Amino acid sequence: MEMVLEVLSWISICGGLFFMLVGTIGILRLPDVYTRLHAAGMTDTMGAGFLILGLCFQAISGMMHDHPSWWTVLVRLVLIYAFLLFTSPIATHALARAGLAGGVEPWTNERGEG
Amino acid sequence: MLRAIGLGLALFVFWLALSGHYTPLLLSFGVLSTALVVFISVRMGVVDGDGVPLPIAVRTVLYLPWLMKEVFVANVVVAKLVLDPKLPISPRMVVFRGSQDTDLGRALYANSITLTPGTITTGVRGQEFEIHALSAADLETDEQSQMDRRCSRVERG
Amino acid sequence: MFVVATLGILASMTLALVRALLGPTVYDRVMAVNTFGTKTVLLIAVVGFLAGRPEFLDLALVYALINFIGTIAVLKFFEFGDLGLTVRLEREPD
Repeated sequence: MEMVLEVLSWISICGGLFFMLVGTIGILRLPDVYTRLHAAGMTDTMGAGFLILGLCFQAISGMMHDHPSWWTVLVRLVLIYAFLLFTSPIATHALARAGLAGGVEPWTNERGEG
Repeated sequence: MLRAIGLGLALFVFWLALSGHYTPLLLSFGVLSTALVVFISVRMGVVDGDGVPLPIAVRTVLYLPWLMKEVFVANVVVAKLVLDPKLPISPRMVVFRGSQDTDLGRALYANSITLTPGTITTGVRGQEFEIHALSAADLETDEQSQMDRRCSRVERG
Repeated sequence: MFVVATLGILASMTLALVRALLGPTVYDRVMAVNTFGTKTVLLIAVVGFLAGRPEFLDLALVYALINFIGTIAVLKFFEFGDLGLTVRLEREPD
């Protein structure tokens, strides 16, 4: 059982790191603010999500060792993710709106059709 | 009154979950602080359908698993786009019509759209949602209308 | 394992900083700093596990909120040039 948790935790943390790195590469590669916001959203949702899921597995594994504070750790991890989930779209929306209000034109493909 | 009790219960459960100490003295402090917050909320007049939307909160929690599945699928799509050496993106602005009646439903739909990578809500005017999309593939009308329907269901029950 | 996670987060934080330094518009920089903050939250959480001190999660929780409010405040400042005033007064001619 402990082995299973450990492996699950590893997979989740590696998945989270993968999405986070891809999101950051996207921030560097994509051409303008609005497209970069999509990549940033990737870091906020799945990157953080899988990383925190992996930490949750670690907390559950701590429960097996009778670690006294495993329950509060789990609650805090879920709360951190809930806050990220609530605040990330609002910040993204505010950024996109501020960019439009500030007169930054969205980049478009020359061909127009994808 | 029922709403105030519901708020108090939710707050106290929140306090219990964060505290981790369960001695009588600290528990009484928790009850006192919860009662104080509920008292202040009632005096401020925020304990109403908008301030404490308990049934909608429950339905939102039930809506989250589907949303997370959608977010995961969209993440994989955007990750493929970003890692493609040719970078085959074709960003565009489009306008959707949502079927939500209340501000809360619209906020939920707009936030769901923004949370899904590949689409960002840049403005809401009445029932029209202005959306910036990363590529044409992100605008599958089937999934969007399904999200629209599910958000409306959360709002109406 | 937590060491790997810490190093991965630090690497992507560095890349986000590169965008914050390069960013042609101010919105690019704000966005880069916002993602940097999200990664800081995760870094604090992972370091808490690495050091075996779960109290770090409280710091991460508070940092998540501060990061959000900071981003919104900066954006509001750039959109209106002001943090509190909603009705702008007529400017005096220079």
